[in-house]
Amino acid sequence: MLQLKHISLTAPEDGKKVILHDIDLTVGDNKFVVVTGPNGGGKSTLAKVIAGIMTPESGQVLLDGTDITGHNITQRANEGITFAFQQPVRFKGITVRDLIITAAGRQLDEPEICGYLHQVGLCPRDYIDREVNQSLSGGEIKRIEIVMAMARKTKLTIFDEPEAGIDLWSFTNLIDVFKQLRQQVSGSILIISHQERILEIADEIVVLADGHITAHGPREEILPALLDTEGGSCAYCPRTGREA
Amino acid sequence: MNMNPITQELLGQVSDLFGGPIGGAYNIREDGDCAGRQSTEHVKIESKLTQPGIDILVDPDTVGETIYIPAVVTHTGVNDLVYNDFYIGEGADVTIVAGCGVHNDGGSEARHNGVHRFFLQKGARVLYIEKHLGIGDGSGKRVIDPKTYIEMAEDSYMEMDTTQIKGVDSTKRESTAVLGKNAKLVIKEKIMTHGDQYAETNFVVDLNGEGSGADLVSRSVAKGTSRQLFRSRINGNAACNGHSACDAIIMDNGVVSAIPELTANHVDAALIHEAAIGKIAGEQMTKLMTLGLTEQQAEEKIIEGFLK
Repeated sequence: MLQLKHISLTAPEDGKKVILHDIDLTVGDNKFVVVTGPNGGGKSTLAKVIAGIMTPESGQVLLDGTDITGHNITQRANEGITFAFQQPVRFKGITVRDLIITAAGRQLDEPEICGYLHQVGLCPRDYIDREVNQSLSGGEIKRIEIVMAMARKTKLTIFDEPEAGIDLWSFTNLIDVFKQLRQQVSGSILIISHQERILEIADEIVVLADGHITAHGPREEILPALLDTEGGSCAYCPRTGREA
Repeated sequence: MNMNPITQELLGQVSDLFGGPIGGAYNIREDGDCAGRQSTEHVKIESKLTQPGIDILVDPDTVGETIYIPAVVTHTGVNDLVYNDFYIGEGADVTIVAGCGVHNDGGSEARHNGVHRFFLQKGARVLYIEKHLGIGDGSGKRVIDPKTYIEMAEDSYMEMDTTQIKGVDSTKRESTAVLGKNAKLVIKEKIMTHGDQYAETNFVVDLNGEGSGADLVSRSVAKGTSRQLFRSRINGNAACNGHSACDAIIMDNGVVSAIPELTANHVDAALIHEAAIGKIAGEQMTKLMTLGLTEQQAEEKIIEGFLK
């Protein structure tokens, strides 16, 4: 279980200054939670605070009751947190196989690696020994990022906008991948997303706007109001909402 | 082969030779002398009569043979200069492994200067692999200054893979090539320098034949206060393709300079140079750390991949 207690931080995100205000959030075991909200609202910053990439000015991060606020990125990774980047990183000379094995933290046999690649719609033969460099398209590298997260099998996996930069065909498959991931990974999944089809498979939805959590609850409760944007925006966006 | 442990270690690291029996042709040079030689039916190795070194003669249509010609300097105060000429017959397709190891445990310089000339006949193909290594605790410098001259006839192909990963204090490489019609030359260079080492590479390629092409690629890492200079000069004298790239990572106070010089003397000569020099990207480190690697492990992984 992940708990964020009174997390506050000022940081740059999407070219704007983002402020997280006193965030309290609990992600229960084996839950599939989607964080959504306007751009620049603090979603990526929140994910980076959980992964240890950014340090909050105040507040605590607890994983299974242990305070990990002072732990660095490596420690948190080894304690069971995985973070799939919105914009995956490219490496000259490092192959898809190298990265998946590094992610898994153990030797993997070829059929296992191929199985993962197959799941995200990449032909293993064409990709396993490809370098993760500029020659890969945005969609290809995004899928490899997802494979790394799958191979880690940690208790908490965070995906920052997995749909960003991938084509429609890949996106349809992506939904299936997340459905499978739910069954395979015995842990919680936290996805930052704007996509209705990802929101539709969530257990819980969190709305983060202007650095505040403006809604958090079961999908059945939150989603209908999110999709009802008749007045120009949904009920959870404080300043641009219908009542404003 | 019976040889001292330093020679054995150097040979193992630079040419994958460990003193066991070898099927192919070889010549092992130790401190300026011949420590072992074998010719085969189609590959003859002979001593030069007027200067130190050997002639390697590969018969036409010899396919699939690997030729080992490692050289080692095992102690301080040795200044070894050698001239090796390779004559590759028409249609032959061979691999040449030419490592060079220098061990210095004393206060004087230990130096190996190899002058290698390659003459590729029509349609000949050569994969030339060269590793440079310095070992030993002495304060004396370990110096390797290789000179390579390559002459390529019509339709010939040569790939030259050179690696210098550690221990060589100073190296100055001069490589010159002249290409005939449809000849192709690929050079892949990997260098890592540390401490106060210095490495300099000079490539000069003349693309004289129609349809000829050259691809010169250097990947390097400069750590400590080490310095590197990469200079590539390509002259397009016909309808040809030339490309050179210098890709370098700098760490600590390392310095890397890349100086391209492209001259198109023909309207259909297409010449490109690329250079990228910079430190390891912070996001690469962060990504690998989110996979559980420490900062140091992440750095090693990035460099290992980069120089692979």
